This record gives sequence, structure tokens and C-alpha cells, in this order.
Amino acid sequence: MAIISVENISKKYTDIQALDNVSFQVNEGELYGMIGADGAGKTSLFRILTTLMLADKGKAKVNGWDVVKDYKKIRNSIGYMPGRFSLYQDLTVEENLHFFATLFNISVKKNYDLIQDIYIHIEPFKTRLAGKLSGGMKQKLALCCALIHRPSVLFLDEPTTGVDVVSRKEFWEMLCKLKKQGITILVSTPYMDEATLCDRITLIQSGKILSIDTPQGIIKHYPDSMYGLKSSNMNMLIYDMQKAENIKSCFAFGEYLHLSFQNDNEAARDELRNYLTEQGHQNIELKQIMPNIEDCFIKLMEK
Amino acid sequence: MNEVVIKTDKLTKRFGDFTAVDNITFDVSQSEIFGFLGANGAGKTTAMRMLCGLSTPTSGDAIIAGFDVYNQTENIKKNIGYMSQKFSLYEDLTVIENIHLFGGIYGLDNYQLKNKTDELIEKLGLQGERNKLVASLPLGWKQKLAFSVAILHQPKIVFLDEPTGGVDPITRRQFWKLIYDAANQGITIFVTTHYMDEAEYCNRVSIMVDGKIEALDTPVKLKQMFSAKSMDDVFLRLARKAQRTSD
Amino acid sequence: MLRDRKTLLILFGLPVIQILLFGFALTNEIKNSKIVICDYSKDDYSRMIIDKFSANGNFVIKESLLNHLQIESSFKKGDVKLAVVFPANFGNDLLHLNQAHVQIIADASDPNTANILTAYATNIIMDYQKTLYENLNLPYHIGTESRMLYNPGLKGAINFVPGVMVLILMLISVMMTSVSIVREKEYGTMEILLVSPVNPFLLIVSKVIPYLFLSLINFTVIVLLSVTLLGVPVNGSLLLLFGVSVLFIITALSLGLLISNIVETQQEAILISLIGLMVPVTIFTGFIFPIENMPDALQYFSNILPSKWYYIFIKSIMIKGLDISSVWREILILTGMTCLFLFISFKKFKNRLL
Repeated sequence: MAIISVENISKKYTDIQALDNVSFQVNEGELYGMIGADGAGKTSLFRILTTLMLADKGKAKVNGWDVVKDYKKIRNSIGYMPGRFSLYQDLTVEENLHFFATLFNISVKKNYDLIQDIYIHIEPFKTRLAGKLSGGMKQKLALCCALIHRPSVLFLDEPTTGVDVVSRKEFWEMLCKLKKQGITILVSTPYMDEATLCDRITLIQSGKILSIDTPQGIIKHYPDSMYGLKSSNMNMLIYDMQKAENIKSCFAFGEYLHLSFQNDNEAARDELRNYLTEQGHQNIELKQIMPNIEDCFIKLMEK
Repeated sequence: MNEVVIKTDKLTKRFGDFTAVDNITFDVSQSEIFGFLGANGAGKTTAMRMLCGLSTPTSGDAIIAGFDVYNQTENIKKNIGYMSQKFSLYEDLTVIENIHLFGGIYGLDNYQLKNKTDELIEKLGLQGERNKLVASLPLGWKQKLAFSVAILHQPKIVFLDEPTGGVDPITRRQFWKLIYDAANQGITIFVTTHYMDEAEYCNRVSIMVDGKIEALDTPVKLKQMFSAKSMDDVFLRLARKAQRTSD
Repeated sequence: MLRDRKTLLILFGLPVIQILLFGFALTNEIKNSKIVICDYSKDDYSRMIIDKFSANGNFVIKESLLNHLQIESSFKKGDVKLAVVFPANFGNDLLHLNQAHVQIIADASDPNTANILTAYATNIIMDYQKTLYENLNLPYHIGTESRMLYNPGLKGAINFVPGVMVLILMLISVMMTSVSIVREKEYGTMEILLVSPVNPFLLIVSKVIPYLFLSLINFTVIVLLSVTLLGVPVNGSLLLLFGVSVLFIITALSLGLLISNIVETQQEAILISLIGLMVPVTIFTGFIFPIENMPDALQYFSNILPSKWYYIFIKSIMIKGLDISSVWREILILTGMTCLFLFISFKKFKNRLL
């Protein structure tokens, strides 16, 4: 059953088309990712779904309720964590939690089991002002506040932006646990490596959807064979590859360059090795690899 | 071996009884791309401020571009460029106005400024956007422009604080191409990032944990040392040891 | 900076408006002040003086009273500031005794205006005496006897205490509410509140309540200080004074609420409440420049400021010691304004962002 359904949603600001005919569905219990860079339209979409903003065109439903007509019912049943830190900085950790529980007319105790795993991390600092917490802590507190009323759908807008790898990993572990509790989660992120942790993802760029599938599905549909290439002088390798022939695409990717050939065969690969040796490269390594989500994203962006 | 442009010796910064940066010692050479990694709150920002001459160390020494961080901060500022994710350009000025403003701040004369401006606009392909407000540019373009402006005056070192946060994957790679170009021109790059694949693009990488530099080497050697598959693993292994949690 | 139109408008617009206001509109000269005449004598001399009064640009004779007991009720209505009383046999005394007396009674709850008007009136009478002297060459003498009603000592405190009350209550209530609410927008907490099932408008209103108590404490302190230290009396009902002050505080709070609805940043909220509101309140409430002296357009403008009505109320109750029957109009206007502000802010309150 579709918990969130979005049909042909468009939204335009004065001179920017933030969302352009966007449609997708999120099923019950899914951990669903919106993957895209800043300015892709993720925040606009979240605001429309959380009833904070009206779309210019199209329809959207959350829990079967229309985002325009039934906005009050939706507000009762969702949890929302906006992109920037949006708690009361001049209240303590504990006070913030109690305040948000009061908003939903429940006690913190009632749903404590749901947030317990997360709250344990910040409990030692419960008398500290929220404004004085570190980035990772603020995030955890915001998540607790968004969860305190046991929402059936959780909207997380770029929860891990600007957060270091360790905190990001911890955060995704928490999301997986929440998913097991039966909460449907829609999460957006600019970090492509986080995509593989979602059940299904939408790749979005400049307000347009590039692709919707499971992360594995997206990778499987990558049209070309992908090769990893490295040599002892990576810096020069990038320059020399710009002049190489028969190359369809070539991007730096961590310690390897990721590339695909126009005409992919054994001869082409040998030709490239010879060309690079001529250019003076040593320890040339060329091997077939699995593309990752970022490769797919680049491919789809170039279309 | 190239000339050493950043040299620190037991550099330390304390705030009260909190030691933000704890005895860090390292060298960076000319033309090197140096990755400065660490979890939130590890002390990266504080260390970077000291190196830029914005904050006086509690103890230890540092020589930046040949100048001392204690009493030659004005000379340091003339010889470095700085760009961060949060602040880099004036949003309510046009592309051209921003270039002229920062060129003027670093003392370029009119003739240099005109040449540089045209060169830069062409290189970034911004001919159509010359007179547009920076606020109206996509984030990726802003960041590329900001970087180009930061190295307009040919500094010895450029400090980049999370320059690619939130930028799309293609633009992110174009950005790194600009970094390589600058390094080939002899500019030293000192960069922080949360993208671990970008750590691989650096010549050498340091990882800070709780104010100390826990590891410093080339990405290849670091991976060998920790028998890790990727820089991601190296980072996780080191950063998990962190005791302190606040910024 | 040139692209920041709003700041530019304030920076360059404000001095222009202030120069124009202070240069042309705001003068201490009083024109067309309404007065009442009580003429027990009704002879040629008194009539001639009355003609002089009506010919003089400073005064407009509103009505002639039959009895001087009506003077105070004229003052209570608020627009009459001066009364001239000719005793019976004024002309007779002047003719036969060569000297007579005129009584000038001023509403001194505004001591400055009272002083100026009394001086004008005395001048007119002296002028008349001089013409008599020149024409008839007789040593006539007309004595003037002035009485300062409500404030015989012409104490300045009586004027500024109500003014300070208005300013403080306005400052705290309007600025504090608008700033504290706009902060929610800036910090992004508004976003979360909107998404919660609580009616955000009610939540915001409840946020304002502490400021009501704060302002009330402030008000009490001012009243205590002025009674004990400055000797400003509370002549009317203390209960009424507090009741209507609570009403005025609510008016100001709802005005702050309205401002917070139209601005997006704390800086804007402060600019609007400080410059956009404090300046007109100081100028157009009447405790520095009498409103009667202003051009008609500005007089009409002053009517839309709640502070003007509260100021009139405070003076009526504290200084003149009037009862509710004389201030029902001000109470009604303040209530109306409060309802209007609350209604507009409720209507304008956005249930969504943008």
C-alpha cells in the first residue's frame, strides 16, 4: 500500500523551477531515499508533503490524505525533521523533548521505548541547552523530538548534511532500527554512498526525477561496463585520459578513475594500456568494476 | 623536494581547560594537496584558524609561507587564500563585482584585474553570467567561482573548508579539476572534506581525533597501515576511538 | 548595500520625514484652540473682548456658557482647553471704577499648552486695554486672574508620567512580542510548530501572555514611583486605571503580533517597532507636541495610534479624576483596535510557509 503518493507535482519560485512534474510512491514500511545535490528540489518536495507549502500543480497524498484538504490530519500523524536545526536553542535537551510531547498532547514516557536507543546517547547531556550541543547530538535530539508522538511516517530532510562519517553511520543505523518498528521513512541526502542503505531511491536533479528503483536495480541498469584505472601518477593520468581515444566517460573516483569505452573489447583495453605506457605511466592497473550509485547518477545527469 | 610552506611544531590551542588542538606537528610542501580530515569537533576548524593567522596559538610554533603565526599574521594573510562552504562570496553583488572586490582587497592593479577577470570568466564558462547576482547562480558554480576568486592573487597556499558540501557529483569533479590545476601552478592546497572519495585525491591525508593528529600519510600507505579497503574504513577505525563528543 | 532597498528606504526616508515634521508640522505655536466663554455681564465691553477673541487666529470660540459650572464638563469632553469668564457688571466696573477683572481658567493637565494659551488670552485682553487707553485716554485697568485647573502647581511630572507610561508599555509589549515570535521563524522552530497538530496561532498567543504580566508589573512600578516620589496623584479610580491599562497592553501585544506576521527577521521586527512605531508614538500621542497645533492631516493620522487614546485616558483618570462616563469613548476605541489587530493577525497568519 502506498503511504506517500506524489502525482505530477510542480513548483516554481520566481525564476527557478524547483520541482518539475515529479511523481513517485512510497510503500508502507519502506526506507525511501531522495538522492540529489543542493538545489535539486528535495526541500521543496518535503515542504509540500509536510503540508508547509502548496504545489503549483499536481496531487500528493500522505496516509491517504490529501496534502491540501486534509492537512490537519496529516500534521497529526507525521514526524518532520527540517534541514536546518529547528529546536529551541534556549531550552535544554529535556525541555525540548517535553515541549514537543506536549504539542502532541502526550507524555514523554508513553513512547519512550521508541526513542530510547537514540535518547541514551544524549541523556548524559539532558540539562544542557540545545544550542550548545555538537552537530551529531543536535541531530539525535531533533530525531527524538520528531519521533516522540510515534508518527506513522517520518520525513527527514538532509539529516546528515555536514556531519562526519562516524555520526552519519550511527544515524543510518538508527534509521534501520526505526524501520523495523514499522515506521515509513522518507529521507533526503546529497551523499550518494548513503543511497545503498535505502530500500528504494529516487535520484533527483534540478527538480526532475532521473530514476526510481532499488539501489541494486539502478546499478544493474547501468548501460556500459565500467572499469577502474589507476597508475602511479594519478594527477597526470587525469590529463592524459582527456586525450585518450575511444573513451565514453572518465571520472575520478577515489583512488581509481572510473571509465567506460565507446567500443568495449579486449583490443580497446590493450590500446589504452599501450597509450598510457607511451605517456610514461607506470604500474597501470585496469580492471572491470561494479558501478556505484554515483556513477549512475553522473550517467543520468549527462543525458 | 619542494619548498616547505606550512610547518607546525607542537601547535596547541586551549580554551580554559579544554584543549581543542593538542600538540600537532606536520609539514606541507609546495604544490601539495593536503587533506585535513577529522570528525565534527576534532579540532579541525580551530587548527585551520591558527594556520590562517586568525587565532593565536596557546603554545607551539607554526611558519606559514615563511611567516610566523604569532607576529606576522598580516604577511600570512597576504600570502594565503581562503574559501569555505558557508561564506565565500557576496551574494548581493554580481560575478564581476565579486571578482573586482576580492582582487582589489588583495591589491591587484587595474591592468592585472582586467586580464585576470576575462581569463577567469572564460575558464569557468561564465560569459553569460558576468552581470548576474551571485545569489542567482547554482551552488556548484558559486563554489567554483569562489575557489577561483580565492586564488586570484596567486597565493602560496589556499585553505578550503568543506568546499564541495552538497555539490552534485559532476560539479564536484569539475571542482577537483580546478584544484589539480591550481596545484600544478605551484599553489599548495589545504582542504577539509566529509567525502571520503575526495580524501583519495589528496597527495597526503591527516586524520585528527580529539585534537591530535592520529595518522598522516599518503592514502595508499594509510590503507596498508590499517589494512583497510578504503579511506572510509581508515577514517571510521580512527574516529571511533574518539572520546569527546562536543564541538 | 544599494540593493538592500528596505534599509535604504529607512536610512534616507526617515531623516526627510523627521525634518519635514519638525520643521513644518510640529510647532509650539497654538492655532485654533477651542475655548468657551462664560459671560455674566453681557455688555458692550465684554462683547468687544469676545469679538477680539474670535478674531484672533489662536482661538476659536466653541460655545458660550450660561453658567461657569459648565466649564469643567466642557474640559472633560477633552477638546476645550481654556475658558474665559466675565463676571457680572464687568462693563459697569470698568466704566465706573476704571477697573475690572476677567477670569481665565485653563486645563493644566497639559501644563505647556495651558501656559501658552493663558499667555495668549492675557495678551488679547491687554491689547484691548491699550486701545481703550489710547482712544479714550482713560486709565482703565482690566485685571486678569488665571486659574490652572487640575494642576495648580503646573508640575511637569503630571505631563510626562502618562507619557512615560505610554512609551514603556508600547516599547515592551510591541517590540518584545514581535521579536520573540519572529525568532521562531528565524530559528526554524516555526516550521516544526506548523507541522504539529497544535493550532500555531493559539500557541503564539500563549507565548505572549508572559509579556502581559511583565508589562503590568512595569506599569505598577511606574504608578508607585510617580505617586510616592513625584507627587503625581491618582485622582480617579485605581481599578479603572489598571483595567484599562491591561486593555492597552493587550492592544499593544496584538499590534506586536500583527508586526510579527508581516516581517521575516528579528532585525526587521526591531526596526519597525523601534523606528516605525516609537517615533510616531512620541510625536503624535500628544505629550510633547500638542496635537491641536498640527495640520489637519496629521491630526487625523494621530487618531489611528492607540497610544493617543490611552494617553487621553490616563490623564483623565489620574490627573483630572474623571469617572468611566467620561472615558467610555477611549475604552471603546481601544477595544475596537485590539479586536481589529487580533482579527487581521489571525487572518494573515500563515498556516504554511511562503
